[in-house]
Amino acid sequence: MIEARGLTKRYGDTVAVDDLSFEVRAGQVTGFLGPNGSGKSTTMRMIMGLDKPNAGETRVNGQNYHDLALPLRDVGALLEAKAIHPGRSAFNHLWALAQTNGISKARVGEVLDIVGLTTVATKRAGKFSLGMGQRLGIAGALLGDPGVLLFDEPTNGLDPEGIRWVRNLLKDLAAEGRTVFVSSHLMSEMALTAEHLVVIGRGRLIAEMTVSDFIAQSSRQFVRVRTPQCEVLTRELQATGASVVPEEDGGLAVTGVPAAEIGAVASAFGVVLEELSPQAASLEEAFMELTHDSVEYGASEPSRPGGGSTADIDRLIPVGK
Amino acid sequence: MQSEWTKMRSVRSTTWSLVVMFALSIGIGILATATEASRWSHASLSDRLLFDPTSLSLTGLLFGQLCIGVLGVIVMSSEYGTGTIRATLAAVPNRSMVLAAKAAVFTTLALVVGEVISFLSFYIGQGFLSGSAPQATLGQPGVLRAVIGGGLYIALLGLFAMGIATIIRHTAGAITAFATVLLILPLISQALPSSINDVIARYLPANIGVVMMTVHAGFRSDAPMFTPWVGLAVLFGYAAAALLIGGWLMSRRDA
Repeated sequence: MIEARGLTKRYGDTVAVDDLSFEVRAGQVTGFLGPNGSGKSTTMRMIMGLDKPNAGETRVNGQNYHDLALPLRDVGALLEAKAIHPGRSAFNHLWALAQTNGISKARVGEVLDIVGLTTVATKRAGKFSLGMGQRLGIAGALLGDPGVLLFDEPTNGLDPEGIRWVRNLLKDLAAEGRTVFVSSHLMSEMALTAEHLVVIGRGRLIAEMTVSDFIAQSSRQFVRVRTPQCEVLTRELQATGASVVPEEDGGLAVTGVPAAEIGAVASAFGVVLEELSPQAASLEEAFMELTHDSVEYGASEPSRPGGGSTADIDRLIPVGK
Repeated sequence: MQSEWTKMRSVRSTTWSLVVMFALSIGIGILATATEASRWSHASLSDRLLFDPTSLSLTGLLFGQLCIGVLGVIVMSSEYGTGTIRATLAAVPNRSMVLAAKAAVFTTLALVVGEVISFLSFYIGQGFLSGSAPQATLGQPGVLRAVIGGGLYIALLGLFAMGIATIIRHTAGAITAFATVLLILPLISQALPSSINDVIARYLPANIGVVMMTVHAGFRSDAPMFTPWVGLAVLFGYAAAALLIGGWLMSRRDA
């Protein structure tokens, strides 16, 4: 369990994290989403007690990070790839960390095995690829067998096989009842891994909801229709109250009525359909729309809820709480 | 502490700094004493009067001090340069403890290495002098103090460099700062009017080092110097101050 309350971090005049509050629960993978520079890494560093917030606080299992006696046994984190001395071997890197928290040498071997670095454990880490660096970082996070895990962009630099491995690892860790908090700037990646989402933009909370709610809420759902009789179908659909927008390639984007009803209308008026397919805007698009708003409105003076796109955001926030 | 020791011994830079330090210190000690031995018969009376076989055999330490300074800097700055510091501080959130453990392990290492080099230089140097020039023995007044002082000087200077690195956090910047204090300040001081130099010179770490390693204190310098033990205390003060400021900054700054 991770909690953030009123978390604020300023660098000079720049507000990196702005009054951020959220909760990350155990037993599920929680995605931490936001565009680059939205304050994800800063937030994670504050949770790990590395950066000091200007206001607010974070708690891990109800405790301040600095009050954890053997922190690696409670919290493990992959904060940046290859944060390791290039001249030190993977084994010695992990062993040095293990010694600070009374973790055995055998456990170092175990985590190297889990991430598949056993054969290169004694090689100097400077020779590691980015993907191997990520695996070593993940090994470091798992070292103390902690109940809470933070991963900052864990799939960066991994090949497809590695990405799938990370995905399964995260799910397995959550299935074991651990708290798993993963940051990413890719919604599509989170859709495959996470069950819950914390979305931020410009350091502010935009949404906290389940992934399925997010998908259901993504506002750009429509049905794509293709027919030689565009005019007839458009007229008849509009008569039922649907909105029809012609697409560039000659198709029609229909919103307001389900696909089945479009089929019925077409059949009733003898319209031949070449395509009838429900479309959800890609999650990436929905996510970008969401965060784009925050970027736009974050740039000016604090916006009042109720105006323009912020209404969309307000609509999204309560879901899943 | 164990962790810090693991970190220190597991990178090549530690080994290489120490190997270079051994080679430089002892090699230059050999060079200095062998040269002196060969020209002793031509030496002037004043040279003979001022001759200090102990400090001559320890000349190499004045080069070794650069190596220990660089090592002192990199054991700290490499953590920042590579990002390892974040893993370290996540594992041990108490930053003063991290700094204290690192300082303790590094000081022990530097002291052991410093004393070994100092004693080796002394014995090897006296060996080269024997036969042609006067030599020192540890039993003579001030000699043991100077040889032990050589190792102590190395350890404290290394610790001082580590303190600087804790403040500056960048390898190049910290080494520059260290070299400035050690090598450039004495040059500047000497260029100043002697009334000013007389006041400043005794506070410079390099001069304190020379005094600590010299048996006939004061003979080698024009400006007044601290006695060896006062110099040791001043040097200890520098190291402590650098570490305290570094520790204070470390606990305040974001990692």
